[in-house]
Amino acid sequence: MAERIYVFKRFERFWHWSQAGLIMFLMLTAFDIHGTYTIFGFEKAVAYHTIAAWSLIGLWVFAIFWHFTTGEWKQYIPTTEKVVAMIHYYSVGIFRNEPHPFKLTQLRKHNPLQRLAYLAIMICVGPLIWVTGVLYLFYSDWARLGINGLSLEWVATGHIIGAFMMLAFLIAHVYLTTAGHTPLAHIKAMITGWEEVE
Amino acid sequence: MKQVFARIALLACCAGWLAGGPVLADEAAEPKPLKLTTTADHTKFKELQKQFNSGPEVTKACLACHTEAAGQIHRTKHWKWEYLNPDTKQTLGKKTVVNNFCISIASNYASCTSCHVGYGWKDASFDFKSEENVDCLACHDTSGNYKKPPGFAGNPVVKDTEFPPGSGKIIKGIDLSKIAQKVGKTSRDTCGACHFNGGGGDGVKHGDMDSSLAAPTKDVDVHMDAEGLDFTCGTCHTSSSHDVAGSRYTPTAQDKKGAHIRGKADKGNPATCVACHGNGPHKKEARLNHHATKIACQTCHIPTIARGGIATKMTWDWSTAGQRDAEGKHIVKKDAKGRIIYESRKGDFTLAENVKPEYFWFNGQVTYTLVTDKIEKTDQRTPINKLGGSPTDGKSMIWPMKVFRGSQPYDPVNKTFVTPHTAGNDDTGYWKNLDWDKAIAVGMKDSGHPFSGKIDFIKTEMSWPITHMVAPKEKALGCVECHSKDGRLAGIQGIYIPVRDNNKLLDTIGWAIVFLTMLGVFGHGAIRIVSSRKH
Repeated sequence: MAERIYVFKRFERFWHWSQAGLIMFLMLTAFDIHGTYTIFGFEKAVAYHTIAAWSLIGLWVFAIFWHFTTGEWKQYIPTTEKVVAMIHYYSVGIFRNEPHPFKLTQLRKHNPLQRLAYLAIMICVGPLIWVTGVLYLFYSDWARLGINGLSLEWVATGHIIGAFMMLAFLIAHVYLTTAGHTPLAHIKAMITGWEEVE
Repeated sequence: MKQVFARIALLACCAGWLAGGPVLADEAAEPKPLKLTTTADHTKFKELQKQFNSGPEVTKACLACHTEAAGQIHRTKHWKWEYLNPDTKQTLGKKTVVNNFCISIASNYASCTSCHVGYGWKDASFDFKSEENVDCLACHDTSGNYKKPPGFAGNPVVKDTEFPPGSGKIIKGIDLSKIAQKVGKTSRDTCGACHFNGGGGDGVKHGDMDSSLAAPTKDVDVHMDAEGLDFTCGTCHTSSSHDVAGSRYTPTAQDKKGAHIRGKADKGNPATCVACHGNGPHKKEARLNHHATKIACQTCHIPTIARGGIATKMTWDWSTAGQRDAEGKHIVKKDAKGRIIYESRKGDFTLAENVKPEYFWFNGQVTYTLVTDKIEKTDQRTPINKLGGSPTDGKSMIWPMKVFRGSQPYDPVNKTFVTPHTAGNDDTGYWKNLDWDKAIAVGMKDSGHPFSGKIDFIKTEMSWPITHMVAPKEKALGCVECHSKDGRLAGIQGIYIPVRDNNKLLDTIGWAIVFLTMLGVFGHGAIRIVSSRKH
């Protein structure tokens, strides 16, 4: 009989899904601005992208506050424990129907690879996108803010690199939600908060 | 009771006063009909109630009261047709420069000077000190009847005259007395009589100035909009002592001085956009103000030129002039819209409406190629005027230009431009006789430059900064006009324009990573599905 654990609290679920929506919308508008396709057109896409970016920044302020006040930030402390086992599971075990090497608990709700991946997103890709994005937004004020020696080309290049990395992450992330004990188990958990554990 | 009655009576009085008040005020405010734009009704001046037989006679009458006016005019470009560029030290002005339209005024004075603010400039001997030869009416006529036909050296025709003599064509004489009595401020019509018709016809030369600006709609010009702001030329091109602000020889490419304020000494050009709008006019989108540090206002706010339904000339090939039909007569060819595209006198033209300008870094410095300069026939077009500017000089902005391209006669031995005698009812005028040898020999003699006798044609181009026909803000350029591949600023170097300058390598690597991730995900998923069936 499956055990049920309450892993994702209400705020966390709200944060996750609104962030997911905003990031996907940012992706959509980003490549519209980039000229890959035209849905809104450059002018509107820039406006929407900017609004979505500020919304996400607002959401992050709450999320960061929440993580520190609840101590949930500890969920992202990297660990090497069972990393090899996880890699083995994803590359071999999963095809042989071997048991998941990681036992999820309320205090350790991310497996070691998740921890590393999310941490990498949070300390590499995220800051790259945010720093370049905010610089891009305030390009008009660089001189007033005393920002010299920076070129718009480099800022734009950094932002675009971040976007591609985020897109690649998004694809892998969405796929790995199906790697629970049933394909929809993780998604259900992210919606209801309850994860079924075998 | 008495008090009550007294109060009622008082109320009634008040009511009556209130009711009657406005009526009385209306009567008091009813002024005697006045012309609100002037304090002088020139029809009442005895000095003007007489028959005038010539322009100078009118001017003498004007100068009797406006004693300093002619002296002021004498100092201006409108009078001298001469301008010393303080930056390049070149002597310019219509008297000196050549262009690739009708080329040059030398030996063609009697025709060209119909647009001079003077009377009688028929050759190089014209007296520039004469006060009575100043033409007040050209700029101050309000009747719309004042005309100075080409061929009369800037004189109006006061009696019905056959012109050219023997042609049977009659030019009607005009009544200078009536016109003189109706003088007033300059208008779009008076300025436009010459400036709309530069290059020999309506809209020919500039593209952003043609007769559609006489009473334009808001779409054609948001400032001159006849039913809106109704600016005249002089609203921006303010004048002081008859000297009109604004110049195509030394344009203000970048105006950092901000909006002009009364009481503050503003030595800058009052005709720039910034002179009224300041340097941060975009209230909603601060980003656009930043764009405006590198991009001239005109670049976005004048989406196309020749928008008023009048075509502007884009090319002029003089080398094909001179053809005659089987009977030896001059040929005129028109396009489907009835616009002349070939004339024996002038060669081939192309015309266009709603023309997208070309864009260049421009710092306001214009260097002309003069008749005294050496030119070389190469694959490149010879510039009639060279624009200064670069992305890094700190003085340049990205400006819209009409680039007029043509082919014109030059002297391949002396390697100079030539000044042909075109207009003129004589044996050597090209427009009559279609003979380059005579026309150029006479023209070069008149302009005082050596001519080898050899004639060839050289391809030229001339840039005209675009600044009129400002569209309403809703019609300003959208972002994608430049933020796209092959957009309007495709040829502009030295700046990073998002989208235009997308890095192909970065995109390739980025999409490769995304593709490989997808491939990995699908591969992994497929193996999972297959292997789960086995178990």
